[in-house]
Amino acid sequence: MTERPPLQNQDRSEHIINALQQARDARNSVYIKGGGSKQHLIGRNCNGTILDISGHRGIVDYQPQELVITARAGTPLVDIIAALENEGQSLSFEPPLFSGIATLGGTLACNLSGPARPWSGSIRDMVLGVRLINGKCEQLNFGGKVIKNVAGYDVPRLQAGALGTLGVLCEVSLKVLPRANKTLTLCYDMSAQEAVQYMNQKAGQPKPLSGAFWLDGRVYMRLSGATSAVDSTVKQWGGEILASDETLWRQLREMTLPFFDDQGALWRFSVQSSAKVRHDFGTTLIDWCGAQRWVHGDHAGEVLQQAAAEAGGHVSLFRGGDRNAEVRAPLNSVEQVLQQRLKKSFDPDGILNPGRLYSWL
Amino acid sequence: MTLYSELPLLVVLPETVEQVQHVLRICHELNVPVVARGAGTGLSAGAMPHPEGILLCLSKLDQILDIDILARTARAQPGVSNLSISDAAAEHGLYYAPDPSSQIACTIGGNVSENSGGVHCLKYGLTVHNILSLEVLTVEGEKLTIGSMGLDSPGYDLMALLTGSEGLLGIITEVTVRLLPLPELAQVIMAGFNNVSTAGNAVGAIIAEGIIPAGLEMMDRLAIQAAEDFAQAGYPREAAAILLCEVDGTSEEVAQHTQKIARLFEQHGATSVTISRDETQRALLWKGRKAAFPAIGRISPDYYCMDGTIPRSQLSFVLNEIYRLSEQYALPVANVFHAGDGNLHPLIMFDASDSTAIHRAEEFGAKILELSVRVGGCITGEHGVGIEKLSQMTNQFTAQELLQLEDIKHAFDPALNLNPGKGIPILKRCQEYRALPARHQHD
Ligand SMILES: Cc1cc2nc3c(=O)[nH]c(=O)nc-3n(C[C@H](O)[C@H](O)[C@H](O)COP(=O)(O)OP(=O)(O)OC[C@H]3O[C@@H](n4cnc5c(N)ncnc54)[C@H](O)[C@@H]3O)c2cc1C
Repeated sequence: MTERPPLQNQDRSEHIINALQQARDARNSVYIKGGGSKQHLIGRNCNGTILDISGHRGIVDYQPQELVITARAGTPLVDIIAALENEGQSLSFEPPLFSGIATLGGTLACNLSGPARPWSGSIRDMVLGVRLINGKCEQLNFGGKVIKNVAGYDVPRLQAGALGTLGVLCEVSLKVLPRANKTLTLCYDMSAQEAVQYMNQKAGQPKPLSGAFWLDGRVYMRLSGATSAVDSTVKQWGGEILASDETLWRQLREMTLPFFDDQGALWRFSVQSSAKVRHDFGTTLIDWCGAQRWVHGDHAGEVLQQAAAEAGGHVSLFRGGDRNAEVRAPLNSVEQVLQQRLKKSFDPDGILNPGRLYSWL
Repeated sequence: MTLYSELPLLVVLPETVEQVQHVLRICHELNVPVVARGAGTGLSAGAMPHPEGILLCLSKLDQILDIDILARTARAQPGVSNLSISDAAAEHGLYYAPDPSSQIACTIGGNVSENSGGVHCLKYGLTVHNILSLEVLTVEGEKLTIGSMGLDSPGYDLMALLTGSEGLLGIITEVTVRLLPLPELAQVIMAGFNNVSTAGNAVGAIIAEGIIPAGLEMMDRLAIQAAEDFAQAGYPREAAAILLCEVDGTSEEVAQHTQKIARLFEQHGATSVTISRDETQRALLWKGRKAAFPAIGRISPDYYCMDGTIPRSQLSFVLNEIYRLSEQYALPVANVFHAGDGNLHPLIMFDASDSTAIHRAEEFGAKILELSVRVGGCITGEHGVGIEKLSQMTNQFTAQELLQLEDIKHAFDPALNLNPGKGIPILKRCQEYRALPARHQHD
């Protein structure tokens, strides 16, 4: 196999519009593809002509003092993070990089954020502006490059988790933050239920907590921030300081911990952080201070949905299983109508990733 | 502005969500416009009544329904005031972070509808970052739960759309907010400068140092003097500008950052630096800032508050342009604003009994917003579009973009009965274009 040369940074918006226009004229639908890292994750299977936007890449504008970066949607996150690191800044939502191929656009479309999510927010929280092409092949700008902007509806945040069904993302502006001076991880042995209690109690204290997860009888508490704040918290909380903790958090973020090795159905619960732990679905990994919980196995979707609803949230089939069936929590009829009308307002002919989010969308 | 006043057909003051639902169903059936209102503190005339519509006051829905200490959330009815949530949470060591200066009066429903900010939003985010779930009634009176107790929801993120939607997409009947632990310690560093440009540059210097203060506010000469007369906060009257910078965190961290920031201010030309000694002084320093709008109200018969945002690096340029315009229009202007966020609040002072002054004030305001957009910013950072900035929407958006926003409105409210004539200019292509009272019409 010959290795392909790395793609050049370039603006391919014209090409994307033309490709979309052609598809529209031919009444074809498209499947928007960035790095392809999440093609078989998160959403349903979607057969459309592949619209590859990975060539549309490059940082367009980065002003460290403004805490804002703007890049084309096909830009690999690793490129963005490298530029930020040079200036002592970072993407506070810690997105998974998936072997370096994850792109900015794909990450926003999937609303993927890492272990720092409960404290530093999600990509949905950090997005400030987008340029997108809607299903009518119109190139539109919403939001901007400033921290606050309430003119018009918040179309940029609406793209988070929409899986590309409302528009082809072309350019994204994000708020970025300075990197923490010091990071350190404490760990303690306890049961899952004790850990949920413990993590939430600690999160109620004004300490620089930036990660809290439980697996296999241990809870891991990450502290990041000013050196003085981290050190004083360690003194107060005590516990074992974990060596080489960076690897652990990276594996958690990238979903490469042995827990994730099972290639069967992987379910993601998004629930109230303090919700009671259930033991009837097998081994659980509890992240996000309790708000994100993972289980494996061929469970009946309805049973899991019921459990998730009782815990104040919802569950989705993140990976594996039957991806032609619904993979997300069902919506009631009022919600469905609203979601369909919203989809129509962006994509009247239904050509953008049809069925990727729901079969009826 | 006081200029915007209108009498509604009818005012309703429901006491239960069922009553709200009932009102909406009737209005839907009869095709009657509905304007929601919280406390009416909005600064873009968003809650101004519609002459042919119902004014739906949500102020009687004022109960905090639940505080979950472990999960750190509070569930409140829409008419609950912003401050009372933090007050109720305080005994548990928690608070609700977004703190508009109007927080004694403004409602959480209004906050969500405007995506309100406050002096602590630089570090803790806006309303949209601090809420988990909403209960919303659609224009047809159907109840929806948006968001969840988790950190995301399936389907489209309707919470993102509803937040800041100015009562145009649905009526908010319940809000679940996230609560944060009260910081161990907070301190304010106040620095005086003898011109606004040096103060503006000092703002950038702090951020460049890798510190995100809890708040970073700026006031210029007229604002300083008015606020000082009003609140006796101890501001340096002779200064051309002051910066109020709050740092919070653990005691060690605050000590470290306070020293660093005080030094930075001195290096960047501060003529005076004061660090709050205790909670009383800290509260006093903020009191002046939070009372700045009413303080200006005391020295001028009327004022017009603008709300553009700009990149921080443009602060001194834009402020100097505003002063130039102030001379050109012969209207004084005071600036008191969220410098860390680049969110300006020029307060244009005028006398509404003088019709030419009204006209000049409006034109002056429009010029500021055009300038904000030109330097890469936007026309409103937190006060919303309402009626006041409707005509400026075309500065920020193309016709296609406005039509997309209109289509979103249609998805929620096909007959355009929710707060018609506000927020998004309805372009004339629209069959349902409602005949607005002539003086609110726009092209
Ligand atoms: C002195 C002063 C200082 C201020 N400082 C700040 C500040 O620092 N930051 C800031 O962001 N704002 C500030 N504001 C503006 C204002 O207080 C906020 O916009 C506030 O959120 C409005 O809340 P309210 O309850 O008064 O809403 P209202 O003014 O009653 O309504 C505002 C809008 O929301 C809609 N609405 C209200 N309730 C609902 C509901 N339940 N469902 C659907 N729609 C609804 C209305 O139709 C209207 O469009 C200030 C205002 C004043 C007067």
